[in-house]
Amino acid sequence: MTTATQPLAGTYTADPIHSSFAFAVRYMGVSTFRGTLDDVAATVDADGDGIALEGVAQVASISIRTPQQFRDHVLSADFFDAANHPAIGFRAADLELAEDGSASVEGELTIRGVTHPVHAEGTWAPEAETLSGRRAHLALTATIDRTAYGLDWNADLPAGGKALADDVTLTVELALVAREQE
Amino acid sequence: MRVLGLSGSLRRASHNRALLRAAAAVLPPGAELEVWDRLAELPAYDEDLDGAFAPEPVAALRDAIAQADAVLIATPEYNASLPGALKNALDWASRPYATNPLRGKPAAVIGASTGLFGAVWAQAEARKVLTTIGADVLDAELPVGQADAAFDAHGALRDPELAAALAALVGALIASSHAALAEAA
Repeated sequence: MTTATQPLAGTYTADPIHSSFAFAVRYMGVSTFRGTLDDVAATVDADGDGIALEGVAQVASISIRTPQQFRDHVLSADFFDAANHPAIGFRAADLELAEDGSASVEGELTIRGVTHPVHAEGTWAPEAETLSGRRAHLALTATIDRTAYGLDWNADLPAGGKALADDVTLTVELALVAREQE
Repeated sequence: MRVLGLSGSLRRASHNRALLRAAAAVLPPGAELEVWDRLAELPAYDEDLDGAFAPEPVAALRDAIAQADAVLIATPEYNASLPGALKNALDWASRPYATNPLRGKPAAVIGASTGLFGAVWAQAEARKVLTTIGADVLDAELPVGQADAAFDAHGALRDPELAAALAALVGALIASSHAALAEAA
């Protein structure tokens, strides 16, 4: 795998309308529950030696809005403890963008005030001139163990097994807009 | 073939009532489902009130069960268990134990909840109670989660897999009733 010499240059901001942060978790052993955090802010800084990536997602913007009881449970201390930890954060100093369009990164993910190293992989699209400025795209996926961050609610199913899986798949799509030089 | 439906939720717009209607729509030909809608009229179980002169709603419940070929219960989940009103109805129906109308009666439990898990714990509790009472309980569950979005405009389950599972479950309940009738004949 060779690394592109000038894949991205300068600073990029994620366009909030076309970017997303999604999660998926298995429940009852057979089904998958998917949701998103809509309020996501991210920047990619390709000014220096490495490419830095930083992002923040607001827990309160989670797509679980009704029923109120469900939303309250997910925001409670059984899961996100949103009252004390309103945001999820991610930072990485060395985003690797390969010539073949693949991307990988070693970063630090903070949920509920707990930080762990996370490896994420995905794809990227190089910068192109568009009607709305110079744009590039970055998509990353990682699987984390939610219990490592203290989101450890679970229950035994009557027929055996657990109600909710520990592994959660996170998928981030960042529509990156180049910040014009001042 | 008559199936008696009981909804553990009393409110008018209940998802479990809707689930019973969806079950009624997928019954095999020759079978009908009648919902007994008077759970709220039953007093709290009291042995002093029971006996030959049981309150009228209690007698009506026991008659309705006795005249049905099978019982289908749709339950929500309250605090990880079945609602008190439903448990109370089953307690009334279970007396006197030796001759109660649920004894040997084919029964099945389904359930809907607005959370992810479709009242799966309440269904297990309801099956446990029915088994203790002596009903012939189908060992199957139908958890309908996120119930506020689970039904289409015609009242059918949107998810084709769940709809097929519901049809299979009521089909198995009817087959069990036919077997019970053949045995009694």
